[in-house]
Amino acid sequence: MLEPLLAGVLALLLLAILLGASGYAVGDALTALWRGAFGSWSVIASGTLVRATPLLFAGLAVAIAFRAGILNIGAEGQLLMGACAATAVGVSLPATMGATGLALALAAGVVGGGAWAVIPAMLRLRFGVLEVISTIMLNVVALNVTGLLVRGPLQEPTHTFPQSSLIDPALRLPHLITGSRLHAGVVLALITAIGLAWYLRATAPGYRLRMTGANPDAAASAGRIDVGSVTLAAFIASGALAGMAGAVEVTGVTYALYENLSPGYGYTAIAVALLARLNPGSAIGAAAVFGALEAGASAMQRDAHVPAGMVGVVEASVILVLLASEWVGARMTARGDLFWGGTPREHHEPSRATS
Amino acid sequence: MAGAVGLPSGTDRPVKTAAPRLALNAIRRTYGAVAALDGASLCVRAGEVHALLGENGAGKSTLMRIAFGLERPDAGTFAIDGTIVSFRTPRDAMARGIGMVQQHFALVNAMTVAENVALGGNGPLDFAATRRRIARISDASGLTLDPDARVHALPIGAQQRLEIVKALSRNATTLILDEPTAVLSPREAQELLAWARRFADDGGTIVLIAHKLQEVLGVADRITVLRSGRTVLDTAARDTTEEMLADAMLGASAASDVLTTRHATRTQASNAGAKDVITLTRVCLTDGRGISRLTDATCVVRAGEIVGVAAVEGAGQRELLRIIAGRLTPTSGSVDLPADVGFVPEDRHRDGVVLDATLTENAALRGAATRSGVMPWRVLRATTASLMREHDVRADSENAAMRTLSGGNQQKFVLGRELANAPTALVVENPTRGLDIRATADVHAALRAARDAGTAVLVYSSDLDEVLALADRIIVVAGGLVTAVPLDREAVGRATLAGGAA
Repeated sequence: MLEPLLAGVLALLLLAILLGASGYAVGDALTALWRGAFGSWSVIASGTLVRATPLLFAGLAVAIAFRAGILNIGAEGQLLMGACAATAVGVSLPATMGATGLALALAAGVVGGGAWAVIPAMLRLRFGVLEVISTIMLNVVALNVTGLLVRGPLQEPTHTFPQSSLIDPALRLPHLITGSRLHAGVVLALITAIGLAWYLRATAPGYRLRMTGANPDAAASAGRIDVGSVTLAAFIASGALAGMAGAVEVTGVTYALYENLSPGYGYTAIAVALLARLNPGSAIGAAAVFGALEAGASAMQRDAHVPAGMVGVVEASVILVLLASEWVGARMTARGDLFWGGTPREHHEPSRATS
Repeated sequence: MAGAVGLPSGTDRPVKTAAPRLALNAIRRTYGAVAALDGASLCVRAGEVHALLGENGAGKSTLMRIAFGLERPDAGTFAIDGTIVSFRTPRDAMARGIGMVQQHFALVNAMTVAENVALGGNGPLDFAATRRRIARISDASGLTLDPDARVHALPIGAQQRLEIVKALSRNATTLILDEPTAVLSPREAQELLAWARRFADDGGTIVLIAHKLQEVLGVADRITVLRSGRTVLDTAARDTTEEMLADAMLGASAASDVLTTRHATRTQASNAGAKDVITLTRVCLTDGRGISRLTDATCVVRAGEIVGVAAVEGAGQRELLRIIAGRLTPTSGSVDLPADVGFVPEDRHRDGVVLDATLTENAALRGAATRSGVMPWRVLRATTASLMREHDVRADSENAAMRTLSGGNQQKFVLGRELANAPTALVVENPTRGLDIRATADVHAALRAARDAGTAVLVYSSDLDEVLALADRIIVVAGGLVTAVPLDREAVGRATLAGGAA
């Protein structure tokens, strides 16, 4: 839990330097950021936590993929496809279905995201296509499919705006606090994170996934694990979690589908997962940190007229700094330097993430 | 071509004077609380092959890493040709004519031989000149290499030659070879040692880190033995014996045990009546590139026997072992195997263990595919702890990361895991590669104990003597064909070379 906090402090420091260098009023901007993220219980609930929710789902999606040795950069696309599927079901079900209808819409999001992830999974397993490339490409495809849907089959009845009609209030995620935007999706995300942490640590399939990710050759030879099946399952699970992020967003926040539904949650999710060191439990804190930054960034743009993109730069820099510090640490220990009580050891090849 | 083999022309010929080529004196190097070297000394004269012996962890590699500038000593002096030096990086060592070939090669697989030699040089790249230089060094040293071959296509022996040529191209007159024969077939090892001898006879200097005592006695002029970071013996090779060296490496009492287990007599009488555990009938295998690896392989392994597999590298034994271990499906033929065959692969870092996982998680790999529900970690930790006790695996605890174990302990762990719950069959591939003699003896004892407990054991080793020492029966794989051969060194050796090089 210390690390997300440290990252947050580091981000603020970097942001202050960047703001100062660009000629903004540093104090005003940071005050706006703080107010937007933590200024009151209502902004914590309606701002930070609402943004942390899709980040947590998508962060878990990235974390589980990376743990399985899959470099899924496609959470953004899977999120969008989840949102499309959830919307398609949500707007076509009668309001009388209530909670059942909501559950069906969320399930559709899970299926949509998971199905979208099957494409890069099959490309990798059948033809050896690197998922780093295929998933990035599929993000673009997903964005344009979304654009097509909101101008075609899913467009609102007047055919004026490029968006779907609204999901009926009866089929939306309930608000946790009246008057705030905080919806029940945050509870689902927390339960999912805790469940996933337990699943990876305690269950046999979770163990197989971790071993396959850490060393697929040994998993296949010593464990006789069917690495292909585990990989396919992990792809689908990852896509499903990202799809859930999209479904929660449409049923809890936007109530409709449109192209710019996600301000890059699927990409920020990579940072969330890395900051959490791929641990589902730690992803809760990491998602909160990035949720706060995103919420604060909007407030900063609104109140201090600082472009929100500035925060994006800082988020990325924090991840680079954290990754670099980890890499330097690993090198120091590998060299046997007296760094963190390093012990002599051989040089090892880093285990390869892809087969 | 007369003249200094492999020595660049124009370099001063090392002259035997009072000052030794390398003199490391009372070197100390600690890592945290552990002293890897605690008063180690080594004196190497120009023109000699100097063997450096010691168990795993005795400090051989650390001492040589200091000599090559990869590490710096905490105390002690290092002199080259009588001048005290202090190396900061390997570049400083290379400037003084020292080259090192490490156990894990530092080559770029996707690049050609010439590109690898040019890499790390100074000045603009000139591949034509590099090619000429490789040709010149190849001619002079007898280390033939195709400058345009890509490294990944080279057999391991050629990759090692490339490492040596790289060092020679940087004008190395002193070569440190870290366990160079561990990765080689016996024939390649002989060729390398003969080359080392010629290099030294022509005025070069070789420091050879080694495990195999016979090998060392055959080639070295002088031998230094390290034990627990100290130099315990420095002698001329002709004044010593295998027993004396083993005594020095292990301490007198332990040595006799190790040497006797190596020559242990076979307790099993003929077990022709025993049950057939593994039966292969007319098995063929064609690999992904359409090349036939095995042709009509037929063999039987019975309960309570060790069948030794002898073969030269690439003869098809790798595939045969994996088919018998159930890790590979043949193209045709019938295979009759028990459900669970233990398998100890030669590349334990790749196929045997997950380095970043704990020992318990590694132990759980056995049977991992069929497990369901919740992992019984408490039980697994307990069985892992008892596995460690039973097979003398030295580690902090069953929660330690596999990465923190020495190679010998990793291997004992893998063997212990595969032998847990008395498997009906066990397939073992180069089980003692890179292990010191004590760990080797432990592994051999465990294999014999498994055999005596009724397990059908199949052992392949690229060291024919190891196969002969362990096996009750021998099969030879040559050119994809499998034949039974009597337990006779010469007959087996000849059979492995029959059938053409695969």
